[in-house]
Amino acid sequence: MTTLPYLVAGWLFLVGCYGLVTSHNLVHTVACLTVAQSATYVLLLAVGFRAGATAPVFADVPVGTRVVDPVVQALSLTDIVVAATVTAVLLALTIQIYKRHGTVNPDELRTLQD
Amino acid sequence: MPPTVQALPPLLVAVPLVVAAVLAASGRVLPRLVIDAASMLSCLLVLGSSVVLLAATGSRRVVSWLGGYSPVDGSSVGVVFVVDRIGAGLATLIAALVAAALTYTWRYFDEVESYFHVLVLLFLAGMVGFALTGDLFNAFVFFELMGAVAYALTGYKIEEAKPLQGALNFAVINSLGAYCSLLGIGLIYGRTGELGFAQIQRALIGQSTDWLVLVGIALVFTGFLVKGAAVPLHFWLADAHAVAPSPVCVLFSGVMVELGLYGVARTWSAAFWPVLPAERLRPVLMAAGVVTAVVGAAMCLAQSHLKRLLAFSTVGHVGMFLIALGALEPAAIGGLSIYVVGHAAVKGALFLCSGVVLNARGSVDEAELHGQCRNLPVTRICFLLGGLALAALPPFGTWLGKTLAEDGLSHGGFDWAEYLLIGVSAITGGAVLRAGARIFLGAGTPPDTEGDTRGSEEQPETTYHLGKIPVTMLVPVVALLAGGLTLGLVPGLPTLAHDAASQLLDHTGYAAAALDGVSAVPSPAPTESWTLSGLLLGVLSVLLALVVAATGLYLHRFRRLFSQVPPVVTLPFRALRTAHSGHLGDYVVWLLIGMTLLTIGLAIT
Repeated sequence: MTTLPYLVAGWLFLVGCYGLVTSHNLVHTVACLTVAQSATYVLLLAVGFRAGATAPVFADVPVGTRVVDPVVQALSLTDIVVAATVTAVLLALTIQIYKRHGTVNPDELRTLQD
Repeated sequence: MPPTVQALPPLLVAVPLVVAAVLAASGRVLPRLVIDAASMLSCLLVLGSSVVLLAATGSRRVVSWLGGYSPVDGSSVGVVFVVDRIGAGLATLIAALVAAALTYTWRYFDEVESYFHVLVLLFLAGMVGFALTGDLFNAFVFFELMGAVAYALTGYKIEEAKPLQGALNFAVINSLGAYCSLLGIGLIYGRTGELGFAQIQRALIGQSTDWLVLVGIALVFTGFLVKGAAVPLHFWLADAHAVAPSPVCVLFSGVMVELGLYGVARTWSAAFWPVLPAERLRPVLMAAGVVTAVVGAAMCLAQSHLKRLLAFSTVGHVGMFLIALGALEPAAIGGLSIYVVGHAAVKGALFLCSGVVLNARGSVDEAELHGQCRNLPVTRICFLLGGLALAALPPFGTWLGKTLAEDGLSHGGFDWAEYLLIGVSAITGGAVLRAGARIFLGAGTPPDTEGDTRGSEEQPETTYHLGKIPVTMLVPVVALLAGGLTLGLVPGLPTLAHDAASQLLDHTGYAAAALDGVSAVPSPAPTESWTLSGLLLGVLSVLLALVVAATGLYLHRFRRLFSQVPPVVTLPFRALRTAHSGHLGDYVVWLLIGMTLLTIGLAIT
C-alpha cells in the first residue's frame, strides 16, 4: 500500500483551503470548497483499497474473491450527495449576492464587519 | 424491552422527514393553516415521543438497530440508535424549541411560504438524529443535514444583502469543518474498520495511542467544535445569528451550537476514550473553554446590534459549557446539562423578544432604539427578566445548572473555574441588561458606535409594522421564560441530571448496551442539590451584572476622571474586533489555526 493517495488527499485539502483564503470571486470560492472536499473522496477510497482486488459486485464473481471495501464507497457516494446539495445552496446564495451587493468579490462584502 | 419504545428513535427522525417531504411537494396548493397545523402536529409528536423515551431511559438504554440487523456475538453490519438519558433529553429540548419557534412564526412572517416549515422540520430531523445516533458516519450525515438546512434558514430573507453574506460565511466555514470531520472519520475507519461508536471503542481498547488515530480524532472534533463555536472556530456564529430570522436564532443558539459540544462528549465517551484518556482531553477542552468564554464576554460588551450581542453571549456561554464539560466528571456535566436547557429557554426568549422589537420598531440597534420600546410592556418585562436569568438569577434553571457545575468543578480541583463562570455570566447578563435598560427604559444615553455593524438597517420580517403584538408571538416568549424558571424548581432534578451524566460517561455500559443487549443502567444514587453558598453566588453574579449594566450606561459621566484610557486596555479590544472582519478568507485561516492548535493540543498533553 503506497502513501501516495494520502499525500494527494492532504494536498487537495490544503490547496482547496489556500484557494478559499485567497479567493477574489465567490464562484471560485465555491469551487475551492469542492476541491477541499475531493480530499475526502480520495482518502476514503484509499482507505478501502486492497491490492489485486476487484469491485465489490458479487453477481458474477466466485465466492471468496478479494474485493475492495464497499463501505467506504457507500460513504463516498453519500459524501457526493452532500457536496451536490451544499454546492447548489452556495451557488444560489452567490447569485443572490451578486443581485443584492453588485459584486462577487468577498473582499468587497463588508456588511458584517464588527 | 417493549418493542414500541424500541421503534421510537427511528420514528423521531422519520416523521418530520416524511412530513417535510409531503409539505415540500404540496405546499403550493395547501392553505397556510394546514401547513402550520401539519408541521406543528409532527413537531408535537416528536416532543411526546421524546418525553416517552426520556421516561424509558431512567432504567435502561433504548437500543434500536435499523432494519433488524441486531448484533450476533457482539458484531453487526447494521446501523444503530443508542438512546440514553442525555440523548433523550436533548431530543426533548430540540422538539420543545422547534414548537416554540413554529408558534412564534404563525404571525411573524406574514408571507411565509411552506418552505420555512419544510426547512424547520428537516432541521428538527437532523438535530434529533444527531442526538440519538450511535454511529460515526450517521452522525456526520445528520450533522451535514442540519448544517445544510441551517444555511438555507440563515439566508431565508433572500432578497436582502446581509442575510446572504451571513449565510455564505456560515455555510463555507461549517462545510469545511464538516469535511475535516469526514477526513477524521476516514482515518479512524481505516485504522479500526468500524463506524459504530461502540465497535470503534472495542477496536481501540488495548491499542497504543498512535498518531494516526489522534489526528483523526482531532479532525472529527474540529468539525464538531466549528458547530460548537469554540474560539477561534466561532466566527460564523455572530454573522449567522445577526441575520437569521429570530425564531431560527432560537434553534441555533438554544441547541444547535450545544449539539456540537455534545458530539465531542459523545464520541469521546462512547468511542475514542481508550486512546485519549480524560487527562489528555481535559486540558484541551478547558483551555478552549477559557479562551472562548473570555472572547465571547468581551465581544458581547462591545455590541450595539441586539442579535449580535445575544450571539456573542452564546459564545461566552459555550466557553463556560466547554469548561464544565472539560471536567469530564458526572457532577459538573450533570450541572452542565441543566445549564444548557436553562440557557436554551432564556436565550430563546431573549431572541424572540428582539424579534418582537424588530417587527414593532424596524430596528434592533441599541442606540437607535433608545427609549423607543417603553410601550411594549410584556416584551419589556420578559427581556429584562431574561437578562437577569442569563446572569444566573435564582431560581432559574441557568442558576441551578451553573451552581451545580461550579460545585462539580471545585470538587474536581478547578476552583478558578468558579470565578470565571461568575464573571462571564455577570458580563453577558450585564450586557443584555444594559441594552434592555436603554431600549425599554430609556436609561443612560445612546452609545457612540460609529462604523460598527449596526442593527438599524435591518428589515423587519413582517411587511407592515405590527400595531399590536400578536399573542402567538408573546406566548412562546412567556412560555420559554416560565420553562426556564420552572426548571430550577423541579425537585430531584439534580439527581436525575447527575445520573444522566454518569450514563453519558459510562464507556463500557454504552458498548454493552449497543452490542451485547445489556441495556439496564444502575438506579441513580441521590446527589447533593444546591447549597446556600451557591444561592449567594447566584445573587452575587446578578449584582455584578447590574454593576456591568450600570457602568455601560453611565460610564461617560466619569470619563473626565480617566482623561485617557491607556492603550494597554483598548488594544486587545480593538484587535479582537478587527479579527471579526466578516471576511470569509480570514475565517478559513482561523479555522486552520484552530484545527492545528487542537491537533497539537491533543498530541502534547
